[in-house]
Parts: sequence; structure tokens; C-alpha cells
Amino acid sequence: MNLIPTEHYLLFALVLFAAGVTGILTRRNVIGVLISIELMLNAAAINLVVFSHTVKTAPETGQLFAFFVIALAAAGAAVGLAIVLALYRNRHTVQTDEMNLLKW
Amino acid sequence: MVTQSGWIYLIPCYPLVAFLLNVFFGAKVLKEKAAWVSIAASVLSFFTALPFTAGCLQGKIYSDRFPWIAAGNGSLDFGYLIDPMAAVLIFVVTLVGTLIVVYSTGYMRSDAGYHRFFAYVSLFMSAMTTLVIANNFLLFFIAWEIMGLCSYLLIGFWFEKPAAAKACKKAFLVTRVGDIGLFLGILTLFTLFGTLHFEDIKDMAQTAAGNPLLPAAAFLVFCGTIGKSAQFPLHVWLPDAMEGPTPVSALIHAATMVAAGVYLLARAFPVLALSPDVMKIILYTGTGTAFVGAFIALGATDIKKVLAYSTISQLGFMVAAMGLGAVNAGFFHLVTHAFFKALLFMGAGSVIHGTGTQDLRELGGLFPKMKSTAWTFLIGALAISGIPPLAGFWSKDEILTASHGNNFIFTVLCVSAFITAFYMFRLFFLTFLGKEGAKSGHAHESPLSITGPLWVLAGCSLLAGLPGSPFMGMWLQNFLSGTRHGAHEPQAALMMISTALGAAGIAFAALFYLAVPGLAKTAEAVLRPAGSGLEKSMNSVASGIGTLFMKAGSFQNFFDKYFVDGIVNLSGYAAQLAASSIRRIQTGLVQHSLLVAFAVLMVFLYCGMK
Amino acid sequence: MESLQVLVKAGIYILMAAGSLAAIGAVFFPNLFYAGLSLAGVLICVAGIYLSAGADFLAMVQILIYVGAVMTLIIYAIMLTNIEEIKVSHLGIKQILLSILAVSGFAVLTASAILSIDWRPLSGQNRLEVHELGAALMSRYIFPFEVLGILLFAVLIGAIVIARKDKV
Repeated sequence: MNLIPTEHYLLFALVLFAAGVTGILTRRNVIGVLISIELMLNAAAINLVVFSHTVKTAPETGQLFAFFVIALAAAGAAVGLAIVLALYRNRHTVQTDEMNLLKW
Repeated sequence: MVTQSGWIYLIPCYPLVAFLLNVFFGAKVLKEKAAWVSIAASVLSFFTALPFTAGCLQGKIYSDRFPWIAAGNGSLDFGYLIDPMAAVLIFVVTLVGTLIVVYSTGYMRSDAGYHRFFAYVSLFMSAMTTLVIANNFLLFFIAWEIMGLCSYLLIGFWFEKPAAAKACKKAFLVTRVGDIGLFLGILTLFTLFGTLHFEDIKDMAQTAAGNPLLPAAAFLVFCGTIGKSAQFPLHVWLPDAMEGPTPVSALIHAATMVAAGVYLLARAFPVLALSPDVMKIILYTGTGTAFVGAFIALGATDIKKVLAYSTISQLGFMVAAMGLGAVNAGFFHLVTHAFFKALLFMGAGSVIHGTGTQDLRELGGLFPKMKSTAWTFLIGALAISGIPPLAGFWSKDEILTASHGNNFIFTVLCVSAFITAFYMFRLFFLTFLGKEGAKSGHAHESPLSITGPLWVLAGCSLLAGLPGSPFMGMWLQNFLSGTRHGAHEPQAALMMISTALGAAGIAFAALFYLAVPGLAKTAEAVLRPAGSGLEKSMNSVASGIGTLFMKAGSFQNFFDKYFVDGIVNLSGYAAQLAASSIRRIQTGLVQHSLLVAFAVLMVFLYCGMK
Repeated sequence: MESLQVLVKAGIYILMAAGSLAAIGAVFFPNLFYAGLSLAGVLICVAGIYLSAGADFLAMVQILIYVGAVMTLIIYAIMLTNIEEIKVSHLGIKQILLSILAVSGFAVLTASAILSIDWRPLSGQNRLEVHELGAALMSRYIFPFEVLGILLFAVLIGAIVIARKDKV
């Protein structure tokens, strides 16, 4: 941990997060959006792990929180993909710009 | 001394109740009895008003007011004012009204709209009595307008006839023009004095003496009279108003409504007297109207049209008297005119009822067949021609005496008086004497319900002049003005002159129409073009004014349609435009809104980090 | 020892670079399958980062669960729904540019925040043993653990309900 300055870990996480946000805003395929969401969650987990070294708290806190994040990400992916499947069955498409029933 | 009495409020209430009863129950329930309701109401009004007239004779004045609207510093009060003028007029109005309602039961017997007629007449009586006893200009104006409405309804009583429909519209619109002036005048008076009460204005009039608004107010008020009392140039409605039933012509267009204009001048006199220029205008308008009306009546061939122009001419006399400052003389003539003009109209109605025609050329030699009508008509004709000791002589003489100072006016009025006698007796001779005409064959006398009122009015025409005559010491004029010198000193020379004018008129008429028949035809052939030309030019002035208003109206229409509506539509269109532009944000794509949310988050972060 | 440290440091930086590249790839590959595989690459790099930060258990969990289960799930979903021709894979150029703009703004802001803070890693943070983590999980963090269990249970049922074919 002491090998590399903390900032670099955080910047790496920032890169992942930024990539994830861009993906969400630009991807046309719903599963592509899910992939980008996973990226963002990972970035958050890295931050948690790094902060456990810099914040005065119990040492296992960061890792355990990251663990929970991973579990929740998995759960979210599962439900999300189930929804994608249902959506595909209903509309025969997984393109986001064809799901615009709330248009004016 | 000033007293109050709550009974006075009932005077207009009786006819109002009759109106409501006839409106709601007249068609199905009352039918013929609708007339009785109206007669009862009129009689009740008459007898209710009688004690107050008597009280006024003893010197009491009835005045009461209650606040109606609080406006500005003062408040507008409603209430009644029975002073000598109102006392006399209420007596005349209720009497003549009652007689005419009785007359109408016989005249309108077979008409389908029987109850409707009596409803309207009762409403009119209610409005007229309100106008007479009103104590301020606003209540006066309200009653004035209601009378205008009743005039419209009654002239257009037989509205299926296109001519009648046009005539009632014309009457209403032309008098409306005058009413606009009157209303503006009332507003100006309120601006000047802060009150519209007659007595208050009389007391305060002197304080506004130098104010330029005062002549303006006076002139605007006179505009109301020009409209309602059929002065030039707004006289055009009165001849056409003869489309209405004859009782209507008698009541409204001879005795009462047209007299309201003169009454207005009498009430507004404190203001008028302080504006010498406006008085001149009034004088010349009245004189001109008197002459023109008489002249046109010379050539008319319809009985009622002759009487209509005669009314215009006599109103001109009254207005001229007001313009000379002789309020009492004008008022006196108003009273006598009410009697004999109603008599003449009702007599004409009797002729129409008996023969079925109004055209002079188809009548003649009715004297033996319709004795009552003929005698009463003769009395009326003598009265209007100014033959003593009948009513018309005394009042007309008063006016001529008042105009004596101004040579031009005096001459014109004298000539008008001469022509009055001439055309009236032309009418009499052509109708009742001479050869029998086309329709006179099966003429019959009218029933008592018609001839009864005729005799009553004939009696009034004989006697009504006496209160104002030297025989009773010019009692009426002194009573009206509350002084001992209400009248001009009667001069024997002038009396002789006016009698001579009347007699000469009769003599010439006899000459033209009885003695030498051919003379009439030649004279008429010469004068008719002048007469109809005069009539046409008079009417064209009125229609010119009408065209002006129409142009203003069409400009306003254009403005309203394109500018005002345009602005409203523009705001609607702007809202639509904004909506349809902003609406496109709703693309339905989550990612677009996410982008916006993220961008806003950036802004917040940035602000937070500062 | 020095060279080992340098080597380790270089390795960590390489991992970071690879992870960044893979992340960008995951976002920008038109072919969804490539994107999915790039995501797997990112996850593996992140596991390596966890190792370097002294969270070895977490690294294993990451690979087991994320790469093993979640990635499989995603690949299944890609295959089940991508039968048709691959159409345009990204939204219009306007959206792309605006997003990149917004995100770079965010990145600049956050980076300036990160760099402006004086991070002082605490000393005395040893590597945690697995059994210490387990003990903490079962004692101090028992409540979130149980809640997580319930959540996963709900997710299980929910996913089945949502994704099953409607009974005819």
C-alpha cells in the first residue's frame, strides 16, 4: 500500500468511473449500459478499499464494504439482466432508443 | 315647507306591478282582463298623485332622498322631489295615461298581442312617473332609458310588419345618439358639482359660473333633448314612429315621452341659464324645428304623419321658449300640448278605427257619420291653432310674448303659428268636411271606450289654459316659479296678433280646401317639391350623422378583429410556440435526461467546491 | 529489494494502464461481445489492484464472483439477445460529444479535488488475515451480512419471476 501514492489509486478509480458514466450516456444497447454500470461499481469499490488505509476506522471496514458492493453489484446485474430478457421478449429489441414510449 | 311621504313611492309601483302581472299572467290567465289590470294601476297612480298635487298647491314641497351609491366625496342619492313643476306634470301624465289606457281597450280589442300591449304601456307609465318625480339626474336618466325601451317595444308592436320593425329600430338608435350626449352631460355635471341632485345643483350652479365645462355640460344635456324631443337633426324617428298603434302615438309621441325632453331642459335650467351660447343654440334649434316641422306638415297626406310633424313643430316651440329663458311658458305649453295633442291623435285613431284608412285623400265628409269624433277633433284643432279661450292660445301667446324682444325669432314663430293653424284645419277639412272620399262610405262612430276619453280631453283642452291666463292672474306661471312674477305681462296687442294668425290660418285653409278646390291642387303642385325637398334634406343630415357613426363602428370592428383579437391570439400562439419547442426535450430516452442530470451535478460540484 | 519494489511498482502501474484501456474499450467497442470481454479484463486488473492494496481476500472474491459469475451472466444475456444484425452501437455524435464534455468536466473537478488533499496513509495497517475478516463479518457486520442474504434471496426470486415465460 505504501508503494504507490494514494492519489494514483484514486485517479485510476476516477478513470474507471468516468468511463462508466460515458458508457451509460452513450451506449445504445441495454447490456452495454449494464456493462458500464459494472465499471462504475468497481470504481467505487476500489475507492472504498483505498480509503480504509487513510481513514481512522477499523481496518477491515473498507474490504468488507467492498465485499458488500461486489455482492450488490452481482445482485443488480442479475435483476437487470432478467429485466433485459423480459424486455427483449416484449419488444424484440434491446436498443435503448427504441424504448421511447414516454416521448412527447 | 318640505315634507315627506312614503306614498309617493307607490305612484310608479302600481304600473310596475301591472306590467309584471301582464307579462307573467297576461297570455294565458288574464287575456282580456289584462286591460283592467293596467287601467286599475293607472287610476291608482292618478289618485295617489292627486293629494300631493293638492299639497303642492298649498305650498308644500315633497322631498326625500336615500343614499344609493357612494361615489367620490359625495354619494348618489335616489328619491323624489315634488315641487310645483313635478306636481303639475304628474297630474297631467297620470290623467292622460289613464285616459289612453281606457281608450286602448276599445282600440286594440281584436289584436292578438292584447296583454303584451298593456304590459308595455304599464311599464312605460311606471317609467314616466318615475322620471317626473325623480330628484336627481341619474334616476331621471334611468327612467329616460326605460322609456326609450318602451318606445322601441311599442313602436314595433306589430313587429311582423317590416316597416314597423325598421321604425322601432330607427327610433331607438336615433334617440340613443341623443342619450349618449345626455349621459356625457350627466358625467360632466357630476365632475363639476360632485352631485346630481336637482336642488343641490340649483344651489351650487353659481359656483361653477366661469368653468368651461359648464357650457359643455349644458350642451350635452341638450343633446338628450334633441334626441328625445325630436329636434332637428334627430327628428327623423318621429314620423316613422307612426307605425305603432295610435294609442302609442298619443301617449308616447305626443303627450308624455317627447315632453320628457322639455322637462329635462326645465330641470337643468339652472345650468343652462349660465351658458348664454348654449341658450342661443337651443333657441335657434327650437325655432328652426318649429318652422320646418310645420312646413313639412303642410304637404303630408297621412293623418298621423301630419300630427307627427305637428308634434315636432310644437316641441320646437317649447324648446324655443326654453331657449328664451321662459321656462314657465315652455312648461305651460307642454301641459296644454299634452292635452290637445293626445286628443288629436286619439281622434285620428278613432277615424282610422272607423274607416280603416289613414290616407287623407281617401277621406272626407265624415262629419255626419262620426259626430263625437268630429266635434272633439274640432276642439283640439282650435286649441292647437291658438284660438282663445282654448288652452293652446294662452300657452302659445306666452311664448310669443317671451320672444317679442327678438324680431327674427318672433317673426319665425309667428309664421310657424300661422302655418300650424293652416295645416291643422287642412287636416280637419279634408277629413271631416267636403266631399266623401273613397273610404268614407261605411264609416261608423267608434264605441264609448274610444269616444269617452275624447270628450274628457276635449274638456281639458277647453279649460287647461285658464290657470295660466290673465283670468286667473297667471296663476300657473306664478305657481311654477314660486314668485309673483312668473309670467310675462300679457300685452293686448300681441294677443290680437296671435288670434289673428290663428284665424287667418283657418280662413286660408277654408279657402284652399273648401271654397276653391282647384286652388289647393295648384298650390300643392307648386309647394310639394319644396316641401319634400326640405324633408329630404333634413333627413339626409340625420342619415349623414348615421353614416358617420357607421364608419366609426366599422373601423372599430376592424380594429377589434385584427388588433385586439390579434394580440390575444398572439399570446396564445406564443404559448403554443414555447410549448412545442420545449416539448422536444421529452425524447423518451433515459440517456438524454441522464446527461442533463450529470451536467447539472457538475455545476453543483463546481459551485460546492468553490 | 529495490529492484523488486520497482518491479512491483511497475507492475501495478501496468495493471492500472491496462485496466484503463480495457475500461475505455468496454465503453467504446461497437461489438458488444468485445465490450463484454474488455469488462472481464477490467475486472481482472481491478483484482490485481486489490492485491496490491493488501486486500487479497477481496481480490479472490472479485475474480470468483465478478469474473466468474457476473461476467458469465452478461455473456449469456448478450448471446440470448443479440441475434439480429448489430446496428449502430452508440447514440449520435452530439450525445457522445456532450457526454465526453460533461464527464471530462467531472473528471477535472474530481481530480483537482483528489490532488489537492494531503493523503497520509496510516501506518500500522497490516495485511488482514482471512479469519480476521470472517470474524469481523460475523460479529460486527452481522447485520448487513444478514440483510445481504435477504436481498440476494429477493433478487433470486425476483429475477426468476421477471424472466420466466408467461404461463399460457
